[in-house]
Amino acid sequence: MNQIFQYIFKNSNKLLFLMLLFFCFTLIFKSHSYHRSKMIGSANFMSGKVYEQINSVEEYFSLRQNNEILAKENAKLKVLLMNQVDPSKIPTFSINNYNSNNIIPSKVIHNSYTARQNYITINSGNSAGVKENMGVINENGIVGLIENTSAHYATIQSILNTQSKINAKIKKLDHIGTIQWNAKNTGTVQLYDIPRLALIRKGDTIVTGGQSDIFPENLNIGTIDKIYIDNETNYWTIDVKLFNDMTNLGYVYVLKTKDYEEIKVLEEISKKSRN
Amino acid sequence: MNSSSLNNIARFFLLLAAQLLIFNNIHLFGFLNPLVYVLYIILFPVNDSKMSLLISSFILGITMDCFCNSAGVHALASIVLAYYRPVLFKFCFGLSYEYQTVRINDNLTPERFFFIFLAIVLHHSLLFIAEIFNIFLIFEIFYKIILTSLFTVIISIIIIYLIKPNKK
Repeated sequence: MNQIFQYIFKNSNKLLFLMLLFFCFTLIFKSHSYHRSKMIGSANFMSGKVYEQINSVEEYFSLRQNNEILAKENAKLKVLLMNQVDPSKIPTFSINNYNSNNIIPSKVIHNSYTARQNYITINSGNSAGVKENMGVINENGIVGLIENTSAHYATIQSILNTQSKINAKIKKLDHIGTIQWNAKNTGTVQLYDIPRLALIRKGDTIVTGGQSDIFPENLNIGTIDKIYIDNETNYWTIDVKLFNDMTNLGYVYVLKTKDYEEIKVLEEISKKSRN
Repeated sequence: MNSSSLNNIARFFLLLAAQLLIFNNIHLFGFLNPLVYVLYIILFPVNDSKMSLLISSFILGITMDCFCNSAGVHALASIVLAYYRPVLFKFCFGLSYEYQTVRINDNLTPERFFFIFLAIVLHHSLLFIAEIFNIFLIFEIFYKIILTSLFTVIISIIIIYLIKPNKK
């Protein structure tokens, strides 16, 4: 017994090092699975607070730009309002049947785009109704999906993350593929699994497909920039130029999926019946 | 609480704040950010307890991971550098390390430069290998290690010898 204690005392540095090393490896390997550790992330209390403080200063540097964006959006909405002949038909603000009840406006307080796995932190969380797996968009197109939430903050898995896979289609053709990022350029993402039969051309618009429970159909993503012929498969690989400038995000909208609870319950049931 | 440990604590927070507020937003050529928080581990006094260096560098790394959403890679690189720092000392300084008279915070000699360079390269290599962890992207890993290490070495040396305490 004494010897054991002596051994531990003698090698305390080594043991501590091995313990910490083991802890780090657990964290890293866990991060490769879909749901990561909740504590180590910028949605936790401390880093969320700090990023909010930093952002409250940085905000002033982009005031002019944000004003311009808002003015443009306002003008767009004004055109909708003024051009209605029948005042009873004035449209309520909506994006594909999403009205103000199921959109949560939110501010980006931290945005990363230099790593391979990029995350965005926003300043609304559980208390505002933000939940995991909700889609996030802004006025130009999709931004990503919510990965982790805390009481007042949430992290978004950006579309510029090698782990995110988003269902997409070519607007005029309805061929469905998957959007992924190859970590090369912050302005372009890749669209895979579009069959070679599809008659695509440079400049075609890519929108979200209807097969996901996260994003509704027909949200803008980008336009076709380059088409690669992959001789080994029967599919195209396409570079998609994003409408969004992912390096410059101000305000975003979190979409509450209407039937999310229902879909979740259904998936749970089918999982159980499989086991 | 002696002045040495107070110094260490101040250095810890100053470097962390500088990293998060300034150096994480540089984005040179779109992706290069120097990781100057490594200086905490490099500048930690030789005679102070190794256990406290190990624990504090773990806390430093895990805080960086929180802010960068990188799940443990900064912590891993930091503790490995903290644990193998004596080996690097022995390799670079030889005899003077045995007599515990090494000071990093002094005039730039080839040995000191070599030590700082090796420590930063070790830290960055582990960091990027653990972060990307894909054999097919080996060239990207090398590219990132070399460029970021160079940038960090330059900034670190500027910082050390600008803020060197004047003792005469």
